[in-house]
Amino acid sequence: MTILDLVSAVLLLVGGGFFLAGTVGLLRFPDVYTRLHALTKADNLGLGLVVAGLCMQAESWAVIGKLVLIWLLVLIASSFACHLVARAALHRRIPPWSR
Amino acid sequence: MSVAILYALTGAGLFVIGLHALILRAHLLRKILGFNVMGSGVFLVLAALARRTPSGIPDPVPQAMVITGIVVAIAATALALSLMLRVAAVTGRAELGAAGACHEDGDTEQGERP
Amino acid sequence: MEPMTVLNWAIDGLLALLLLWLAARALASPELMESVVLFVGFGLTLAMVWVRLAAPDIALAEAAIGAGLTGALLLAALARLPRGARETDRDEGARGRLGELLLMLLLAGLWGGLALAILSLPLESSGLAEWVAGALDETGVGSPVTAVLLDLRGYDTLLEMVVLLLVLVGVWSLSKVNARPDRQAGTMLDRLTRLYAPVMLIIAGYLLWAGSSAAGGAFQAGAVLGAAGVVLILSGWRLPTALVGWPLRLLLAMGVLLFLVVGAIPLGLGAAWLDHPAAWSGTLILLIEIAASLSIGATLALLFLGAQPEEDQP
Repeated sequence: MTILDLVSAVLLLVGGGFFLAGTVGLLRFPDVYTRLHALTKADNLGLGLVVAGLCMQAESWAVIGKLVLIWLLVLIASSFACHLVARAALHRRIPPWSR
Repeated sequence: MSVAILYALTGAGLFVIGLHALILRAHLLRKILGFNVMGSGVFLVLAALARRTPSGIPDPVPQAMVITGIVVAIAATALALSLMLRVAAVTGRAELGAAGACHEDGDTEQGERP
Repeated sequence: MEPMTVLNWAIDGLLALLLLWLAARALASPELMESVVLFVGFGLTLAMVWVRLAAPDIALAEAAIGAGLTGALLLAALARLPRGARETDRDEGARGRLGELLLMLLLAGLWGGLALAILSLPLESSGLAEWVAGALDETGVGSPVTAVLLDLRGYDTLLEMVVLLLVLVGVWSLSKVNARPDRQAGTMLDRLTRLYAPVMLIIAGYLLWAGSSAAGGAFQAGAVLGAAGVVLILSGWRLPTALVGWPLRLLLAMGVLLFLVVGAIPLGLGAAWLDHPAAWSGTLILLIEIAASLSIGATLALLFLGAQPEEDQP
């Protein structure tokens, strides 16, 4: 196992950890807005780390480019979806959670 | 046991689970879901058996049939959902043979376009 | 087939169990919303299974169509259901213990019969894989799945696109909808839409292009276009009413029409119907695929709209 493999494995594991945290947030947070927060923030960072980990294993620059593009596409799509969900929730006058 | 056989048996299991829901569940949306699960089971059997090639490169013909099947399945689902909404608009319930379904043909128009 | 190692066995066994569990939960859940969400999860898990089965083309189609667009259709239908129609107080069918037992026995017998049939098949079979590999040169495309879809079994694909059109006619005949959006898009949404729509177009174009040599193709590209249409509809965008009439219908029918026209060309050359001449095959297939993915995308987005847009002049 080279040092590159090690760094890649650590990045993948930490990325997986962020996904896990995001999913726990989705299941445990009290209302739709906080759940969106958990999902979009944690998962996008998690995916970024996974992509970085995979880039370490990539065979060519073209593959790295594609991987980074995938991450950017998911960023755009998830911000769009998040905005739509939050907007629909506001339109239905779902009150944000407060203690 | 190989991957192919494992997933083919799973596909047969999905088919049976879907059929069970199609027969037993009253709500039309669940029947539609059951029918989709049955379809997924069939696809799984097809594509899993396509994996049995000695070369390891799967048989493309069943794979192409599954892609065709997925598109036909969403088309059928869309039509079924439309019909379900129509049934619900006319009878007030999304079930077949429900108490509300015994309207005469004459007054079906009243539920249209609320 | 290679024997399964422990790790592979664990992953595949887990995925298979997860599939069965998600399907059973989705169909048994008392909440319709929960059923639909679990069903979408089921579709995404199935997409992973396709990857395990070395079928990336199906995985793309499943994730985009089977899970994504079907999920959107189900959620839209659920939102349109009148409140009273969202619940049922009873489940039909087998009433009484005996009926239930009988049904269970029948279903178990059915599964057993299917399992026996599957297990009785030879463990290895090359099917048509070698034949397709041999015919690949004549089709002018590098991806065997695309070759089967658009050339070797072109009939299936042509009729499938006809099915899509017929379904849209069916949905349109059931209800009409006013083409005006119900609310205005804000600045934020407007900006996001302007960023998102061209990007989706590029992805669709890439999938279409990649489909001739690797995973991807007209259906996956069409699904991405359809998804883009769904998001545009959700964010309040509507087709200008001037385009709702024949331009829209032309777009919807374009895939089938071009398929028919290109299919008829070989007739003039003395060849069989849909038998593309080898020299032109690759180009013709790409042409059909472009038209097909545009038509499929438009049809899927309109299926999500769920009704015929009205084309009245004010």
